[in-house]
Amino acid sequence: MSTGVVQVAGELIANRRVGAYHHLTLVAPGVAELADPGQFVALAVGGPTSATLLRRCFSIHKVKPSGTYGGTVDIVVAAHGPGTRWLAALRPHDPVDVVGPLGRPFPLPAEPVACVLVGGGYGSAPLFWLAESLRERGCHVEMVLGAASEDRLFGVVEARRSADAVHVTTDDGSAGRRGWVSDVLGEVVDRTEAAVVYACGPMAMLRSVTEVAGRHGAVAQVAVEESMACGIGVCMTCVMPVTGSDGATRMVRSCVEGPVFRGDRVRWDAISGGVTRVPEDAVGAPRAGGH
Amino acid sequence: MVDMSTTLAGMRLPNPVLTASGCAANGKELQRFFPVAELGAFVTKTVMRDPRSGRPTPRMAETPSGMLNSIGLQGPGIDAFCTQDLVWLADHGARVLVSVAGNTAEEFGEVVDRLVAGPAWDCVVGVEANISCPNVANRGLVFACDPESSERVVRIVRDRVPEGVPVFAKLTPDVTDIVAIAAAALGAGADGLTMINTLLGIVIDTDLLRPQLAGVTGGLSGPAVRPVAVRAIWQVTAAMRGGRLPTAPVIGVGGVRTGTDALELVAAGAAAVQVGTATFNDPSAPRRVLTELEAEVRRHGFDRFADVVGIAHERMVRP
Repeated sequence: MSTGVVQVAGELIANRRVGAYHHLTLVAPGVAELADPGQFVALAVGGPTSATLLRRCFSIHKVKPSGTYGGTVDIVVAAHGPGTRWLAALRPHDPVDVVGPLGRPFPLPAEPVACVLVGGGYGSAPLFWLAESLRERGCHVEMVLGAASEDRLFGVVEARRSADAVHVTTDDGSAGRRGWVSDVLGEVVDRTEAAVVYACGPMAMLRSVTEVAGRHGAVAQVAVEESMACGIGVCMTCVMPVTGSDGATRMVRSCVEGPVFRGDRVRWDAISGGVTRVPEDAVGAPRAGGH
Repeated sequence: MVDMSTTLAGMRLPNPVLTASGCAANGKELQRFFPVAELGAFVTKTVMRDPRSGRPTPRMAETPSGMLNSIGLQGPGIDAFCTQDLVWLADHGARVLVSVAGNTAEEFGEVVDRLVAGPAWDCVVGVEANISCPNVANRGLVFACDPESSERVVRIVRDRVPEGVPVFAKLTPDVTDIVAIAAAALGAGADGLTMINTLLGIVIDTDLLRPQLAGVTGGLSGPAVRPVAVRAIWQVTAAMRGGRLPTAPVIGVGGVRTGTDALELVAAGAAAVQVGTATFNDPSAPRRVLTELEAEVRRHGFDRFADVVGIAHERMVRP
């Protein structure tokens, strides 16, 4: 387990509307210095007497270890519930309690291989920073960004700066090619001879990205978005069935063992319809009359 | 200087603030935020005999000032717990209250046997019998809902835990008469009581129009349940003070987020307090509550924590 984590009284310094999302910049001293692409922060919402107790977790969009205000962390928020609406309504200088960085980052390849980065909706948030890290290592990087519609894409302009090429898909055809990211991914992997596909977005997308990557000879590294109560590994709510190097499937915490997993290790067969079952062959799975 | 020490059935702790079972994992995660050895004791996640995967997800639903959880006692099983988790806690100087459970009364006994025989038994300052889990032999009814089942489990656990190490029975408030269950547990040899476990609830997802939890029902916890905890502690403490129950220490748990919250449970009769769901909101909560509770005791002019325990029973205004 990584030990580099801090809890800090953060402060919002910028809140910008970007399409359907809010792009927040927080001063959070100590977090930026420790963070790597793929890690996330857990924010308390509603203030110290809030009736909304559970932390909201966001992958880190970017960090600036030492700016004018001290270390800053950027996140992207889709305001669809009471916690995210509270965050989206924050104004400069409002306090926010920040815990981070949390989770395991994207593993980076030892060799300068080609990589494809796939983002669904605002799931693309951590990928630009990842792209820069990969290109610093000499990797050729292409990005595939997809969403339901143009306003739900995040970071297309930034992607053109961070990557060698960018491919866009939307379900309704309002931007880029009409269809899903998985429709174009195979061709991009083949042409670039990519060794790794990194992806972040909804579960169904991560599953199809894993399948396409596998068929085209690339390893998928996927960052999952499981709902979490704490983000730090104590509540056991964010578990997923993942097969370990010993071949055994366990219900592992996506906040500490993830959020990045090798796609081919995730038991997608157990995940559907908003429910993740415990595979019958998982360690400690219920037996007849059990739990 | 306030003397914050507390003595639970002969076991002296430097202070009365503990983690709550299932809200702190087994220590490593929280150690990143404060030294777990600074707590009065660390209460482990309930351990059962065999490894358990727990339930499907979604396992949680947020509720006003609380949450519903349906984890299903996921855990590594007693053997891995003893050789890994408990050894880690011992190495880090923690005093440990181990929460145990079984699918049957006899399984509770097996868990305790292996715990006592394990390499880190010396750091154990008590055993908490989580009798609020389903009894497979009794159609899945939780042990703590039935005085006889509670009694059978507590008797076995008390028999197997060496003398000098106290046994606490953790009770559910989901019963008609919690004093009757407390009487059964104490009659069977429990040295103290932990109150309360979660309350059973259901949340409906109003988009999908189905239960939000994959396991349908879950345990309600958080500040929303605090008055229920205070009530349960009050009723049992009042029965002890009235001579209707043998006197025994009560560990209070339920909705504690601040030192003032903890003080409520203490004034109602709790000799120690566990911090649970608040830890999800603030990983430093258990340590912070200790600092805040000490300030509260001082604010009221006491120099010993022990003098505040149950004080509300003496200050009642009788009409």
